[in-house]
Amino acid sequence: MFILIVGAGRVGSALAKSALAGGHEVSVLDADPLSHERLDAGQSKTWEEADGQFTVGTALETDALIQAGIERADVFIASTAGDNTNLVIAQIAQKRFGVAKTIVRVMDPARADWYGEQGMQTISPTKHAIEMFERALAPEAA
Amino acid sequence: MYAIIAGAGKVGRNLARELIAKEHEVTLIESSRPRYLAIEEEYEHAVQYGDATELWVLERAGIQRADLVIAVTGDDEDNILVCQVAKEKYLCDRIIARVNNPRNHDTFRLLGIQPAVSATDLILRLIEHEVPRYGLVHLLALEEERLEIIELEVTPEAPTVGERVSDIALPEGSLIISVLRGGSGFVPKPDTVIEAGDEVLLVLDSGLEETITEFFAPNGHASAI
Repeated sequence: MFILIVGAGRVGSALAKSALAGGHEVSVLDADPLSHERLDAGQSKTWEEADGQFTVGTALETDALIQAGIERADVFIASTAGDNTNLVIAQIAQKRFGVAKTIVRVMDPARADWYGEQGMQTISPTKHAIEMFERALAPEAA
Repeated sequence: MYAIIAGAGKVGRNLARELIAKEHEVTLIESSRPRYLAIEEEYEHAVQYGDATELWVLERAGIQRADLVIAVTGDDEDNILVCQVAKEKYLCDRIIARVNNPRNHDTFRLLGIQPAVSATDLILRLIEHEVPRYGLVHLLALEEERLEIIELEVTPEAPTVGERVSDIALPEGSLIISVLRGGSGFVPKPDTVIEAGDEVLLVLDSGLEETITEFFAPNGHASAI
């Protein structure tokens, strides 16, 4: 599978590395050239040596998405730091480039829920954190 | 009318002031605390502190009863989000979005965020009007209706010079709506004769500009000013 990950922060870069190790073709797009270091960190080979692809660019710019290979992407992952950026670029991937599977990180649970209802696959780390806190608190509360 | 304006920058503040002066009800939403505090004194209850892309902030501002939502923050993604949620979740009839980077115009269109207004585009259009490079000026584009109104200056070598309007075989989907000659304009009749130097206004289906230019300003592209 060809996976395009936009936003190589902690989540994006870790996901990119595990997907590459899992035998997928992985392309990463990030506006900050420094985020490339996160892809190399803790690895024996550099990202490129390991056959990863990295593009510096803004996801809202169509040219950058094309350069990163969106036209042949099977999966699109939006994991930048901005909820609204993620929601907008995921819709571009879906509607303009017809990417079969798009997964979006949305910190705000309310927005994650609503866009989820609209048929978008959203992941809200905040929601998971709340659930985990609640579970951790449960024995005390009981 | 009740309008919600997301973003209290220069555009948002001035819009709010104008709308309030016209006796409309307005809520400005500003996410920067210092900026909010700076304008609170002037706008009082008409300004609220919060991130307008958060659903509860929009609900607190009463989006359910808003007649118009205007997103004029400095961030295009935020403007898209506010308008998309207003239109699709809260079923607000009218939205207006500001485009900060004209390259994002396509994205606004793709996601159905219309009308989307870009200051850069507006100024570019004015420049085009003041300095017509090809003798063709776009006066108005009705994107939804796929129609355009353009202005062309008739060059002396144009095939239509000396022709009666009724004899000019314009392509399907185009019509001369007005002729400006000697400083005044009139609606042409079938027997109006086109002269060099006339400025003709036409309404056309979008995409016909090139063909129409050949009728009134052939080689217009070469005779750039």
